[in-house]
Amino acid sequence: MPTDLVSANLAMGRVQIALIGCNHRTAPLELRERIVFTPEQAMRASDELRLSGTLEEALVLSTCNRSELYGVSPISNNDVQSVMERLLADFHGLAPAELDGRVYRENNTEAVRHLFRVASGLDSMLLGEAEILGQVREAYGRALEHGSTGPVLNRLFQSALEVGKRVRTETEVGTRPMSVAWAGVKLAEQVFGDLEGHEAVIIGAGSVAEKVVEHLRDRGIGRLVVVNRSRERAEDLARRMGGESADWATLETALAPADIIVTSVNAEGAITKAMLERVHEAHGGRALFVVDLGVPRNVEPAAASLYNLYLYNIDDLGEIVEQNRKAREAEVPRAESLITEHISKFEAWCSSVEAISMTGKLRDRLLKERTALLDERAEELSSLPAEERERILALTAELIERVVQTPNERLRRTRELRQRLAGIEALRDLFGLDSEDK
Amino acid sequence: MNNAWGYASIAIYAASFFCYARFLYTNDRRIGRVATMCLALGIILQYAALLERSRWIHSVPYDDLYGSMSLFAWLLGVTYLGLEVFHRQRSVGAFVTPILLVWISLVTLLAPRSAPAPPPARGPLFALHVTLNTLAYAAFALSFALSLIYLIQNRVLRARRPGLVFWRFPALDVLERMSRSSVWVGLASLALGVSFGFVWEHRLIGRYSAADPKVIVTLAIFGAYAIYLWLASSANWRGARAAYICAFNFVVVLFSYTVVNFYLTGFHRFM
Repeated sequence: MPTDLVSANLAMGRVQIALIGCNHRTAPLELRERIVFTPEQAMRASDELRLSGTLEEALVLSTCNRSELYGVSPISNNDVQSVMERLLADFHGLAPAELDGRVYRENNTEAVRHLFRVASGLDSMLLGEAEILGQVREAYGRALEHGSTGPVLNRLFQSALEVGKRVRTETEVGTRPMSVAWAGVKLAEQVFGDLEGHEAVIIGAGSVAEKVVEHLRDRGIGRLVVVNRSRERAEDLARRMGGESADWATLETALAPADIIVTSVNAEGAITKAMLERVHEAHGGRALFVVDLGVPRNVEPAAASLYNLYLYNIDDLGEIVEQNRKAREAEVPRAESLITEHISKFEAWCSSVEAISMTGKLRDRLLKERTALLDERAEELSSLPAEERERILALTAELIERVVQTPNERLRRTRELRQRLAGIEALRDLFGLDSEDK
Repeated sequence: MNNAWGYASIAIYAASFFCYARFLYTNDRRIGRVATMCLALGIILQYAALLERSRWIHSVPYDDLYGSMSLFAWLLGVTYLGLEVFHRQRSVGAFVTPILLVWISLVTLLAPRSAPAPPPARGPLFALHVTLNTLAYAAFALSFALSLIYLIQNRVLRARRPGLVFWRFPALDVLERMSRSSVWVGLASLALGVSFGFVWEHRLIGRYSAADPKVIVTLAIFGAYAIYLWLASSANWRGARAAYICAFNFVVVLFSYTVVNFYLTGFHRFM
């Protein structure tokens, strides 16, 4: 990133990242739903923060589980965060006291770590959930298009998207099913592979059945049939999910072509072993996958002994989900180490930007010293012809450029050097560059 | 003989196994593609090794045990690669490439350091007979491996206690289809290979020696796999039962490859 494109605070040599927010851990749903930002509101809020001079770059990330404001500030973060928190309350018509103890504040490295954890799904209610990465991408895309981000937030959010993707592909944090509905569908895939071209019959039209249907549809199931005692509810669910409905009286006929049967009705033993045996025969002996989510159980347990039939009940799936939850948690340290790696990269980038801006200040300082020296020696120089004086000016300017150019180039190219210069404050003090700002 | 091509193919097969295992773990398509490319490169390098050996011994490369085993490994790789491309399914690679790797490493360790006496020239029909039959054995070996994976996966699913690795295994349906395809390849090449053998023998000695134990066992193998294909598409036998039959059939193949070759037949020594 060329120095001249870096925003004003970077030109001053400091990257200050501020974050405030509320999430499912700090605020109850009643409060979270009051501070949700629509995309338009998010743009308006970031404009307010930038136009008031509080932030140079701003981005609002708002999902059902979190509302967070990210910004790059030219002044101390504590003051900025107070302003950001006030805006969060004012924007949604809340009294500041309502946010007391509900808002978290993070600065610089910790703000970066927080965003990277969010993008990786480590800060989600359901560990490793995938939707958040898409939500971060969308929020960033909108802010970028709106022009409320700058070099720092662009770099920060691009890094967050990169680390989120890596955590998903290189760890198992987001791989295994974490709900019984999803576990049932994933198990069906372990039997049939691609679900396209297969048929599923859903018995029941309640919320559990709906979740299963959603997952089946997302996985590209070939045909969906919903059977329910109330035909209207079956039709409603089928219509919403792009399936068909069948009458309860024709249940066995509806089951005949099914590869997957999911049942979640309040009817103990509604599906008997004999019924499944007939269905299996009519089906040509092909594999049949049955998920019984009903309590009491809808499928006669003895049906599990039928050849080429796989029967799972809610306890079986519950155990799988619990096992998967533990497995996901065990992957968190690996995800954290990827995050730490990307934080180092981001900080190295910040250091390089700071270091490059510092060499710019060094150049200014040397040029100023040269001017002062030439002024001091003006009498001696006056005896020289104008042409010689011009040459001295040109030579000293070239000398300064050479002195500054080498470290500048090396800082641009060498990450290791930038890391060694992480304690760049020492250099700043050494050259007295801070006093220039003051 | 300098076996640089052979060692290079082992290294590339090892890389392919590593990438397939990584692909199984991460599901990263790029790594999967690298795995397939490594396997294809390994096959090319092993082909070069076989070619070099043919030039060295002035004959087809399968006249001794080393050559026969080496050709078997090569054809196993080729068959698997073909099935992978045909079924667009890479998750089995992590299970097949280690077999290939162990086999080819054993073969390389067993490789004779001195050139065997050049065998008598037997013509292209004989070469086709041996190559196609070896291809059939390789395809049957592959179907055996696929059936074993199927049985493990099926057992886990039936027990309703899938472990953590379970989610990375290929689906039952995929395993069954790949196994059937592999058996089809095996049966077709066995039919052609045996036919070429009969024609070659008739040209050589003017009669068919159908009473040779190797021929009888080979025809039995043909029948056993044909029965497998028939049962695998029938209502009561498809699935795990068919996989058991397929696995058992390979035991007969191994019997033919070892006991029959060494003790019961006169001229079918290494096929």
